[in-house]
This record gives sequence, structure tokens and C-alpha cells, in this order.
Amino acid sequence: MATRGMSRATRSGLSIIAVIVVFVALWEGYKLVWTALELTWPVRPDNRTVPHTWDIVGALFQPAQRNGPPLLWVELKAAFLTLREALVGFLIGGIVGFGLGVLFVRSATAERAFMPYVVASQTVPIIAIAPMVVVWGGRLAVPQWLTVSIIAAYLTFFPVVINTVRGLRSPEATSMELMRSYASTPGETLWKVQVPAALPYIFTALKVSAAASVIGAIVGELPAGFRGGLGRDLLQFSQQFTAAPQKLFAAVIIAGLAGIAFVGSVTLAEHRFVASARRQT
Amino acid sequence: MTAVVEARGVGKVFGRDADAVEALKDIDLLLSPGDFASLIGPSGCGKSTLLRLIGDLAVPSAGELTVNGKTPGQARLDRDYGMVFQSATLLDWRTVKKNVELPLEIMGFESASRAAKANEMLSLVQLERFASHFPWQLSGGMQQRVAIARALAFNPSILLMDEPFGALDEMTRELMQQEVLRIWEETATTVIFVTHSIPEAVFLSTRVLVMSPRPGRIGEEVTIDLPIRRDEDTREAPRYFELITEVREALRRGDRSEA
Repeated sequence: MATRGMSRATRSGLSIIAVIVVFVALWEGYKLVWTALELTWPVRPDNRTVPHTWDIVGALFQPAQRNGPPLLWVELKAAFLTLREALVGFLIGGIVGFGLGVLFVRSATAERAFMPYVVASQTVPIIAIAPMVVVWGGRLAVPQWLTVSIIAAYLTFFPVVINTVRGLRSPEATSMELMRSYASTPGETLWKVQVPAALPYIFTALKVSAAASVIGAIVGELPAGFRGGLGRDLLQFSQQFTAAPQKLFAAVIIAGLAGIAFVGSVTLAEHRFVASARRQT
Repeated sequence: MTAVVEARGVGKVFGRDADAVEALKDIDLLLSPGDFASLIGPSGCGKSTLLRLIGDLAVPSAGELTVNGKTPGQARLDRDYGMVFQSATLLDWRTVKKNVELPLEIMGFESASRAAKANEMLSLVQLERFASHFPWQLSGGMQQRVAIARALAFNPSILLMDEPFGALDEMTRELMQQEVLRIWEETATTVIFVTHSIPEAVFLSTRVLVMSPRPGRIGEEVTIDLPIRRDEDTREAPRYFELITEVREALRRGDRSEA
């Protein structure tokens, strides 16, 4: 195959382009065939329900409001604000999650006492938690963006707790016994054996958390009344869907790209810090 | 001369009440500095348990046990033990050299002296060329040699080995035995070696402690009077085979006494 001589970057670049081409072809093909056959199920192929791909892309380069900057610019700024909230939420959730994981591995009592609530916390939907955080944050004069970050952290800490516990327990029993034979302190055993062994688990959690933190930030912006982020724009464009559907699709694309960029950065960090990830490549 | 290990009436019971299992009973043992003692016996005879009691990985339920004249717990805090298990248990994110340095890091050695000591140990097990390799790039026998280098890095007075060559093929196993004897001679460490291979026990040891199961106890001791320096010829010497037979018969007697 011709792909053999190409670099990894070229190959992955080409595969991304190939997926986009196939997706656009399916989308436009659907419109074409369904229109020709006059089908309306599952969705009508008209331009209000399924806008042309070029109209969606085109919407990015048209002003969002009369005489305003193009939608792309507005949404990139919005994505930047939302990603910043997501990043802070991701860090808070990551640190809290890791801390709880360490606590649970060190103390069976703490694990028995708190783990059920950690699990239960995730069965309460974020749309129920978010308004509470907003009200409490308002009372304590917490900045609005930080309130959003805390809502995002609520989604991100959970996978980190579960995987940190699992990872810290992953070393073989004999590894722990060896450390005991060196009269190692619990802290030394933690940092020299357990945490390095847990890193692949923790990074798996962080990738899930990175995606969740973007969702948390977008959803959290709504009750917090945060303007200028992706959440408010997505809500606004969905209300304008019948008038200008391409705007919502365009904003969704930007939101998706923001999530991909975030998860991608975590993956890069993983390759930098986890030896086993390096070994596989 | 103080005994390295002294056990009087040591017993170990796992579980409680109706589920209680007596793993060891009435163990009396006296090991002197420089002994190479093998614990041999069928599965479930408590040989690993005895090793774990000596190494303070488990606590006796009865009797008195001292190591270098101290409790096993104190001996552990004084870093008297080097341990080698059946699996090498190297940390796979550390290079071979960094693995050997691990105990030294915990014991607070300076980085320069750690590196020097690790190099010395790696040349002892003849792996200096592999210092910057990662464990998964090494064969099973080489990994086990790294584990031995790591166990000896801080000059422990006792080396506890729990079936260290159990997972190796026969050829590698014989090479490793030779290696361990050479190291034992060079370092004058007391070795306690758990195995269920009779030839291995005879080839390596100065003393073979034959254990029998349910409850685990030391039935007989066979003193190995082969010359201290042993090599491939030893494996073909008539005396070697006589001793193998002696140990085998002691094992059989242990088995019968149970029934």
C-alpha cells in the first residue's frame, strides 16, 4: 500500500479528511435521495431540518448579528471561555478525585463510609445540582465562571476516584511486600510504587473527565447565567432553530472541536508521562 | 556467635474458630551466620509461611522467634532482609538500574552512591550491559537476576528467597543456581531458600530442612556435606545423588507420619 511510506501524522491527517468526506457525502446523499423519493422518515430532508453542509460551514463566516463579527469568531471566543471553565473544573475534579482515591485506599473505613455517596452523587442529574451550586455560589460571592467550573468538577471527579482506587491497588502483592521489607513509609510506597502503577488508570479517567468537563461547563453556564460561553449560544441557537438551523449546527461543530482538543491534550500528556503508553507505540 | 534465626515452638494459625487452619506447629530452628538453609516439602507444608514469619510479612500465633537477636519486626526496620520472590516484581516504568536503586532511595542513600552501588550489584549478577534496559526487554532469568541484585543492594544480613527459580526453565534454573552460590560465597549472606525441588535444595544448601504438612512442621534435617565450592561436576558426583536420595526418603517419612 502507498500508506506504508507515509509518516504517522500524514496517515492520521488523511484518515481524518477521509472520515469528513464520507460524512459529508452521507449527509448530502441523504438529502438528495430522500428528496427525490419524497421520503419524510426519519427526518424531512428539507433545508430547515437538514441544512446543506456548505450552509453550515458558510454560517461560520457570516456575521452572527447584523454588522457583528463572523459567527466563527464569536464561537471561538465562546469556546475559549467555556474551555477555560472546563479546564478549571477538570483540575478541581481531578485533584479532589485523586485525593479521595488515595484516602479510600489508605482507609477502608473512609471507603466504606463515603464511597456509597460518591456513587450516589452521580445518579443525581447535573441539572438538579447546578442551580444549587449557583445559589450557594451567589451567596458566597464566588465569581460566576468559578461556579460553572465547580459544576463541571462535579462531573469530572467521579471517574478519577474510581480509577485512582483501582490503580493504586493494581501493584502485585509482592511489590507491596518488598516495600515493607525496605521499611518504607506509606508515603514512599504511595509515590514510588502505587501512583506510578496507577497512572495508566488515572489517565483513562482523565480522558473521560476531560470530555465530561466540557459538557459540565456548557450545561453549567445556563443556570449560572454566564454569557459569552458556548452554553448560552447553544441554547439561543436552538431557540432560533427553525429560522436559522445552520447556526446551531455550526455551534455544535465548534463545541465538538473544543472537546476533541481537550481530550487530545490529555492524550498527549499521557504519552509523555506513561511508559506503557509509549511502549505500545 | 549470635544465631541469625532462632525459633522456639513457633506456630501459625490462619482463620478463627471452626475455620482455623494450623499452618505451622512447634517449629524449632537455629540458623547460624553463613548458613544456606533450604526449606523443602510438599505444597501446604507451610514452608513459605515460615519464610514469611521470619521476614515479618506475617506474625506467629505461638512461640518465640528472633532474628539477629531481635524481633522480626525490628529486624525489618533495621533492613536486615533482602527478599526475592517467585516473580521478579520489577517496576516496569523503571530501568534495570533504577529498579536496583529503589531500596537505596528509600534508605536515603545519596544519588552518587546509589548509582555506584547499583553498578556494583549489576556486575555481580553480570547484567551491567542491561542497566538502562526496561524489565520487559529482559528474559525471565535476567529479570530474576535483577531482583537478586536489588535484594542485595543494601547488604542485608539475610537473604529470603521464596521459590525464586520456580518459573524458570531447567537450563536457566541451573545457571541461576550457580550464580546464587557464587554470590552467596562473595557476600557471606545467610540464605533461607524455599523450594520444592530436591536436586535444587541439595545442590545449593549447607542444610536442608525437610517439612511435612498438616500441621506444617520441620520433620528432619539433612546436612549437606558436599564441598563448599560446587559446579557442574557436583551434579554428577555420587555423594550428590546419595544426598538427593536421603532428602527424598526424609520427605516420604514425613508424608507417612501424617497418615
